[in-house]
Amino acid sequence: MSAFLNILQAGPALTIQDLGRPGWRAQGLTKGGAADPVSVYEGAALLGQSPALAVIEMTGTGGTFSSDNDLRIALTGASMAAKIDGDPVIWNASHGLAAGAKLTIGGSTSGTYGYLHVGGGIATELLLGARATHLSAGLGQTLAAGDTLPIGADKGRDIGLKLPRDTRFDGGTVRLVTSMQTDRFTSEERKRFTETQFTRDPRANRMGVRMDHLGAGFHAEGGLTILSEIIVPGDIQITGDGAPFVLMGECQTTGGYPRIGTVIPSDLPRVAQAPAGTSIMFEFISVEQAIALEIQHRQNIKSLSGKLSALVRDPATIRNLLGYQLVGGIVSATDHPFDEDN
Amino acid sequence: MNDFPKIQTVGLSGILIRFADTMSEPANRAALSFRATVDAAGWAEVSETSTSLVSTFLEVDLVETSADSMIERLNTLLATRDWFTADLPSGRKLWHVPTVYGTDLAPQLEEAAALAGLDPDAAIKELAGARVRVLTIGFAPGQPYLGELPQNWDIPRQQGLTKSVPAGALIVAIRQLIIFTNASPTGWRHIGQTAFKTFRPASKIPFALSPGDELCFPSVSRTELQNIMTQDTTGAGGAEIEVLK
Repeated sequence: MSAFLNILQAGPALTIQDLGRPGWRAQGLTKGGAADPVSVYEGAALLGQSPALAVIEMTGTGGTFSSDNDLRIALTGASMAAKIDGDPVIWNASHGLAAGAKLTIGGSTSGTYGYLHVGGGIATELLLGARATHLSAGLGQTLAAGDTLPIGADKGRDIGLKLPRDTRFDGGTVRLVTSMQTDRFTSEERKRFTETQFTRDPRANRMGVRMDHLGAGFHAEGGLTILSEIIVPGDIQITGDGAPFVLMGECQTTGGYPRIGTVIPSDLPRVAQAPAGTSIMFEFISVEQAIALEIQHRQNIKSLSGKLSALVRDPATIRNLLGYQLVGGIVSATDHPFDEDN
Repeated sequence: MNDFPKIQTVGLSGILIRFADTMSEPANRAALSFRATVDAAGWAEVSETSTSLVSTFLEVDLVETSADSMIERLNTLLATRDWFTADLPSGRKLWHVPTVYGTDLAPQLEEAAALAGLDPDAAIKELAGARVRVLTIGFAPGQPYLGELPQNWDIPRQQGLTKSVPAGALIVAIRQLIIFTNASPTGWRHIGQTAFKTFRPASKIPFALSPGDELCFPSVSRTELQNIMTQDTTGAGGAEIEVLK
């Protein structure tokens, strides 16, 4: 039987995302995908399923969701105030969402992008090989109240697991390697760049994050005569007014502004998740250091399931304790476990 | 061209081979030919290739693959021939895209013609007779940068932006033409209007054009374009296609 997730109420910027749509750069379409891919991997670990399954990305605030079926869900990324039928549920954890129960997700309390994962994944039709909404290309659109999203078959069973909270929601130091035009910035200008405290501009979006700072803008030599050239996610373009823009997954495929550096892949979620006004500093590192950090990052992603722990609930806070089947999970040696499916 | 081609890494995402630092026909030809040759080589380390105006980009995971060994292989491949005079890849297409020049559909033809030193009729004749190549695709999905037009079309962008030109608009600046994918503001001048959709997300072939394809824009009347728009269900906008040998 196929299940659906009903959107009863939607925040202004809810989209379906996955790990993106590679392979179309030559045709002018960037990969896109979740602004914070680490959250996608965390949700997959919490639900014990593939990170390729699609999720709902929630920018700043969530919405209200329900289903006619029992679902497993996980909540990752920017912490948001979440409740199931009025009872608070823990972020960065997996939960059961019973048929008919209402999941409400409010505004973020730290970070920018929150993620709602469903056991079996959001199973909308593939578009050019992926499900990710690419707003700037016009692929897909923001979700709205009344939308009904198909859900894939859920092969997992576990709920009540959590992952430790990461520090990527708090701003901090973001590491860079040099890029195509780094040498067009004088060493004084680069030094000033790494000594400047930036804050994330509130107008940031899935295409790019503008960084605000006090003081003069940054300028490259011959900055306006650069031929438009390929962009990779993490590139920091210095625009005409001297403000840096960190380019994200949904940016254009090429750009003509000088690039002072490229944020390493493992620090890009830190840029994406920094709430407006949070302080960020940039630090140049060598390519060798960047590779070592990325190897470690990939290892951390792979070992996420080893960091899972059981949610411990204080019985005193469980409102309807007697409603719980406390001896569930006892297996009969004689019943066929799949009889119910017939 | 002593310094070119130049090879450099791009973050941890790949390797860029630049054939020039300004737009030129031979450098664009080199980028297209080199990309086709890399594609044909089928290197397992290369997950995706693309070109911008005068460069070829190879997406390579530089965490798993040594940049030095890739650069060595690329240098060997680059040394096999003069890429600036290379033949363009085969299997490219020539598109004839019906276009209304001027009228209220494309209000900046006269202004652009004057900048190119022509009266409007002569400008239409020159533009409708020109054959241009997809130099690169970018900015918006499937949106082609086409060139090069004759030298007299080396006209600057406008100082101010036109608030919005519609999808299918044919616009001109710096010896290049663009067919707009989506309605968008632009500093280029709007000289023609087509019904050609460069990006067709629901289609089996979502991107009509590939880098290296060639296009011409035969002049049609407003009525003809309106008939095309009424009958067209594919997004082709009445375009006819020939395969180039």
